[in-house]
Amino acid sequence: MFKEFRPALVMLLLLTVITGIAYPLIVTGLGRVMFSNPSNGSLIMKEDKPVGSLLIGQPFSDPKHFWSRPSATSPYAYNASASSGSNQGPLNPALKEAVEGRVKALRDADPGNNAAVPVDLVTASASGLDPHISPAAAEYQVRRVARERKMAEDRVRALVAEATEGRQLGFLGEPRVNVLKLNLALDAAH
Amino acid sequence: MTANVYLQVIFYLVVLIASAKPLGAYMAAVYEGSSRVVRWLAPVENALYRLCGVDPQQEMHWTRYAMAVIWFSLLGTLAVYALQRLQVWLPLNPQGMGNVTPDSAFNTATSFATNTNWQGYGGESTMSYLTQMLGLTVQNFVSAATGMAVLVALIRGFARQSAQTIGNFWVDLTRSTLHILLPLSLVLALALVSQGVVQTFSAYVTVPTVESVEYDKPVLDADGQPKKDEKGAPITEKAAQKEQVIAVGPAASQVAIKQLGTNGGGFFNVNSAHPLENPTPLSNFLEMLSILLIPAALCYMFGVMVGDRRQGWAILSAMTIVLVVLLALCVGAEQAGNPVLAGAGADQVASATQSGGNMEGKETRFGIANSALWATVTTAASNGSVNAMHDSFTPLGGLVPMWLMQLGEVIFGGVGSGLYGMIAFAIVAVFVAGLMIGRTPEYLGKKIEAFEIKMTAIVVLVPLIMVLGGTAIAVMLEAGRAGVANPGAHAFSEILYAFSSAGNNNGSAFAGISANTPFYNWALGVAMLFSRFWIVVPVLALAGALAAKKKVAPGSGTLPTHTPLFVFFLIGVVVVVGALSFIPALALGPLVEHLSMQVEHVTLYGSK
Repeated sequence: MFKEFRPALVMLLLLTVITGIAYPLIVTGLGRVMFSNPSNGSLIMKEDKPVGSLLIGQPFSDPKHFWSRPSATSPYAYNASASSGSNQGPLNPALKEAVEGRVKALRDADPGNNAAVPVDLVTASASGLDPHISPAAAEYQVRRVARERKMAEDRVRALVAEATEGRQLGFLGEPRVNVLKLNLALDAAH
Repeated sequence: MTANVYLQVIFYLVVLIASAKPLGAYMAAVYEGSSRVVRWLAPVENALYRLCGVDPQQEMHWTRYAMAVIWFSLLGTLAVYALQRLQVWLPLNPQGMGNVTPDSAFNTATSFATNTNWQGYGGESTMSYLTQMLGLTVQNFVSAATGMAVLVALIRGFARQSAQTIGNFWVDLTRSTLHILLPLSLVLALALVSQGVVQTFSAYVTVPTVESVEYDKPVLDADGQPKKDEKGAPITEKAAQKEQVIAVGPAASQVAIKQLGTNGGGFFNVNSAHPLENPTPLSNFLEMLSILLIPAALCYMFGVMVGDRRQGWAILSAMTIVLVVLLALCVGAEQAGNPVLAGAGADQVASATQSGGNMEGKETRFGIANSALWATVTTAASNGSVNAMHDSFTPLGGLVPMWLMQLGEVIFGGVGSGLYGMIAFAIVAVFVAGLMIGRTPEYLGKKIEAFEIKMTAIVVLVPLIMVLGGTAIAVMLEAGRAGVANPGAHAFSEILYAFSSAGNNNGSAFAGISANTPFYNWALGVAMLFSRFWIVVPVLALAGALAAKKKVAPGSGTLPTHTPLFVFFLIGVVVVVGALSFIPALALGPLVEHLSMQVEHVTLYGSK
């Protein structure tokens, strides 16, 4: 009964040293040497200070900026130390109410734009930190941003194109627009 | 569905099946000790055995093998429990995380030691870096290695005859960890870092945000508890948030083994939906591939070790067919979308510039195809990591992952545990076929008799009892009903999903449920323990009994178990057991919800 107790205890300690200490340290060391910026969180640096991460979205509600996807983190949107989705079921009345409110906010900020609202722009992301919107969601907002900034729509579209990533290797995933990158570029250009 | 969806799915399946053969052959050579890697690293292995006082040449009877598994898992559970309860006084805790409560610590310890990796807690707001590494990462490795060891012992039961022993647990455990899981994890972890998965020991990073967010901040009293008004509603004040605190940490090393070991416990709360845990479509592909890689390769290894590769391909075919059928249902349901969203003014039609469909709880970079593919793959395997929120799936889209778990985690399943579960179903299949034609059933040259059928019945029935019994108790108790987040039939689905996940050692969740309560922490913890060890011990007993038997040559009445006929018969047995057991419960949850959604559809578009 107790014959295997000692091997169990010693083996657990040894494998803890190998897989719990040596392995993460090796990955950290090699990661830092081979992929320095990604291993630290893909931070965007400005004068040696981090001003955001390319992979972590931020909340935008100024009509001059492109808006990100709705975020369900608490207590405020895009809380990057407490990732969360809404977890609302498809028939939850709260979901319907939330989506209707978001559609209205978009319409109010852009009177006269009667195009259908792309679904990703009015539904909460899984992480609450989604850095991307679909190209359709960006196109929906181009007119508003151009008008608010008094820029030519084509100029705004060019900046959108620069912040757009296609399918990886040509077929993996979905095409997407990095909202923070786009808004930083807009602010820098205008 | 667009052509790109088919392309991504086909590419995934082709790479998966193509990898099964080389990796399976390598693993067979590792366990048989004939691999060059094993010979090169023999000094390291032998040093470990010497320190443990183990003679690697000495093989074990099944009872001793089982005791070794139980001691090792018990000590592992205690270690994870202790780390969580003491983390505030231990190093590598830059955020100053407090000690975890006893019920949550018990739940997490059993969850990781049983290879379930159900998470009642939010990683970035609960666990210190030390707990994540020494507790969780270690169990990610060794609980997976334990499952693989038990499988190898069962395979030896078929491969040997008139033998008293089924191998040495310490050797199987060490080789699974050092020669299979560790090198694969190292390569995967670095590939993930290259894509942007974070791997650092720095504290969380504070950055200024471009715009500030206004929100309702709860007012705290002197003890730090939220103040409430006379009606019990929390009192809030307007506040503006001008910065973002970005959670980071040594994630890549843990994410790699979480996928390869079919563990699924995420570094961050939202698991692989978090952009720092799964940043790109390529990282998503690699993580998804890793989920099924070892379970698929183990099928090939099984064929090699029992001396008939066709047996391995037959089981792999059965698994793949079920996977593809359910995958099509899940993708179709999610792409069709939610009539409620359309009614509220959202455009769900897929086009070149958007994936469309039900995007609530999904990430833009993954869209519908990769979210539905992941949900199917992660619940086919007992992985349980998520890249989208299953709670917000359409009713049928959410039924697929739930039912895949309820099938007993045998469609690929956990590393080791999936295949030993499927072999149990194969034994049931030959038994049922034997009843039909009135012959003593045989599988791989071994006569299946009363003892084997009893053990197999335990393996098939224990998860069933845990899932349905646990759900029934939870819906009867106030403490169980209090945890649900959504109204109506969906609330029942949340509870059923939680017990399906714990009772089959999967770990995925309809995450709206507030499971970090004493009731759910204890109830789900007990379900996980039963479903792990009440399967491991009967499987090892089966291994011992089979090893002791003589092999019989196939006769004219023997049912060949490598033919398409048997593949479909095996699928039939798995599906019939799963359907008979769970359709009544599913009817109360996702099926009712699906019908309610059709009502919404009719209201919106008319009855056509």
